[in-house]
Amino acid sequence: MAKKPISKQEPDTTGHEWDGIQEYNNPLPRWWLWTFYATIVWGLWYVIAYPAWPLINQATAGYKGWSTRANVAVELAEAEAANAGINAKLVAAELSEVSADPELQGYATSAGAAVFRTSCAQCHGSGAAGVQASGYPNLLDNDWLWGGTIEDIHATIAHGIRNEDDPDARYSEMPAFGEILESAEIDQVVNYVMSLSGEPQDPALVAAGETVYMDNCAACHGEEAQGDISQGAPNLADAIWLYGGDYDTIRETVTYSRYGVMPSWAGRLSEAELRAVAVYVHQLGGGE
Amino acid sequence: MADSQPTAPQSLYAAREPVFPKRVYGKFRNLKWVIMIVTLGIYYVMPWIRWDRGPSLPDQAVLLDLANRRFFFFWIEIWPHEFYFVAGLLVMAGLGLFLFTSALGRVWCGYACPQTVWTDLFILVERWIEGDRNARLRLHRQKKWDLRKARLRLTKWITWLLIAVATGGAWVFYFTDAPTLLVDLVTLNAHPIAYTTIAVLTGTTFFFGGFAREQICIYACPWPRIQAAMMDEDTLTVGYREWRGEPRKNSEAVKAGAEQGDCIDCMACVNVCPVGIDIRDGQQLECITCALCIDACDDIMARIGKPRGLIDYMALTDEVSERAGSAPKPIIKHVLRPRTILYTALWSLVGLGLIFALFIRSDIDLTVAPVRNPTYVMLSDGAIRNTYEVRIRNMHHEERTFEITVKGDPAIRLELEGSTDARVSVPADEMLLQRVYLVAPSGTAAARMDRTDARLWIEDMVNGERAYRDTVFNGKAE
Repeated sequence: MAKKPISKQEPDTTGHEWDGIQEYNNPLPRWWLWTFYATIVWGLWYVIAYPAWPLINQATAGYKGWSTRANVAVELAEAEAANAGINAKLVAAELSEVSADPELQGYATSAGAAVFRTSCAQCHGSGAAGVQASGYPNLLDNDWLWGGTIEDIHATIAHGIRNEDDPDARYSEMPAFGEILESAEIDQVVNYVMSLSGEPQDPALVAAGETVYMDNCAACHGEEAQGDISQGAPNLADAIWLYGGDYDTIRETVTYSRYGVMPSWAGRLSEAELRAVAVYVHQLGGGE
Repeated sequence: MADSQPTAPQSLYAAREPVFPKRVYGKFRNLKWVIMIVTLGIYYVMPWIRWDRGPSLPDQAVLLDLANRRFFFFWIEIWPHEFYFVAGLLVMAGLGLFLFTSALGRVWCGYACPQTVWTDLFILVERWIEGDRNARLRLHRQKKWDLRKARLRLTKWITWLLIAVATGGAWVFYFTDAPTLLVDLVTLNAHPIAYTTIAVLTGTTFFFGGFAREQICIYACPWPRIQAAMMDEDTLTVGYREWRGEPRKNSEAVKAGAEQGDCIDCMACVNVCPVGIDIRDGQQLECITCALCIDACDDIMARIGKPRGLIDYMALTDEVSERAGSAPKPIIKHVLRPRTILYTALWSLVGLGLIFALFIRSDIDLTVAPVRNPTYVMLSDGAIRNTYEVRIRNMHHEERTFEITVKGDPAIRLELEGSTDARVSVPADEMLLQRVYLVAPSGTAAARMDRTDARLWIEDMVNGERAYRDTVFNGKAE
């Protein structure tokens, strides 16, 4: 410790005085000061060794060539290599059998959740609830346009819907009935469709609408309006509406049709990722 | 603003004045030996105590199992969700510090602080190898490194290093099975983290205990400052009865003919001080109140036939009353006062609360996290479904099956993801995450209302033990 001033002597001061207040001279211990100098030396070395000075495009590289981006690339490669075994197992597995293997199911759910957040959440939402106003389907309910088995989900993700990139994309097209039917007939069929799952706006038109429906709509949507997953024709008799179930929205759908597009993911995601995200979506609550 | 005196060129640092504490005998020294043996004994021996918990669990009595996130302490097993026990213990430690500091001053620094205990141990080793104060001083002043000095220094450093390795080594045993780790450490199979931890703790122990010593307390440790703020005029500190001791022998006043006080200026109190101060200058920041100067002075007082206590534990208020001629106030009267009684009451209250919580806790537990993205899902038949992430903890040492039920609105039914019935099996000593759906059919009150209260129960199918959590069912809010 610092040598203490001997009592009854004048205390050792730095000689500074402000309005009668003097500053004691209590120097730092030697090891402390050396540590301080050592940090200065270390600081100089650090500036030379590591990226330090910000320049226009990037910082000075530093002689060690250390870079966070390179580190991330290495870590990603390591993670990829570490998961290679279970990814191969996932690719080889029968999709419907995945849930029987807790390890594989757990891995696929976690990996699928990551893929979903990265590639699917932009349209379907981070909670997979979709966006009705834009016609992005809710993936949590038990209503599926193109089928809700795990294989169906996998095929939809892999090839997409109505895109022009993938020849295997799911495809169907509803005609714009505004060019086919009279305006009054559209009013009638909209009221009929509304009556199937709720209250029509004008009950007087329902009977006439049924005739219009049977002639124009039943071919795809079915006589019971139960839809057809082989061509992505929605079920019109249930409580769920892809674009909305109010009068104006249904009328718009009938008049101008809809053409929802989903990209093909087969080229962008690996087969293991496709399968993982299919498993993930399947276990969100609506999977069949 | 003017300089009052000519400024001499100042050095930026001051070299440490080495301290060579002299051996001392007495009741406080004996107390310190006992505390050293007990604290070091607990530290080194604790990880080696075995405690049988059955086949699936570690048999180490005290184990911080970070990998599996469990804390084992004899018959107590703490899971992460019971971390409030640790918070409670920290609150007790805080209140305990308030209590001890307000009553006994820096008693933690003087007796129980690891820095003090290990420094004491290192000084003991130093004394065994190099001799007592005078021998060590001579060795220190001897500039030439002859064979004897080299041998003594080397022996001392190696002994210190061995203690330091044992210190760092004992630390890692608290975090994994000690016998296994010891074998792994010796056969160089242990995890690098274990070696790094031992190396760091060896380095700090060796440096802090052997060389930095009192400088840690003076320059690095915030506690002296914090404790100084917690003291009051009744707090015990080590003090010098200046009114009894002064004027000391050989002082100017005595030479001028004044009557000599009890202090014979033998420097015994200074020679034994581990932080290198003169307690007769008054209470000072460096003093860790280790009370060794009391032992030293009492010894001298006995030899010259004066009453003990020229240097003693006393409080600030004693000076005023004793100068006025009163007898010393008993220590118990300093210690027992509303402030310390309040601290003791609070400390006991928290402690009793923790013990109570320990006894009422159950071996099964669940938490319910409602999924609020989205708040509800409409199914094709118009029913409203809410999703809940239910975490079931099975703290039994065997696998248990639980039945999950919902109480509240009878219209609400319960389904489990990936299961056709309402039963789940949770492996021994594990937590299971199960997604639970509550479904209110179309048109029911729960489906139409904004919020409906619901209570999820789990029941252990083996012994019928039950636990529940309340949650909320979100409807369409029509």
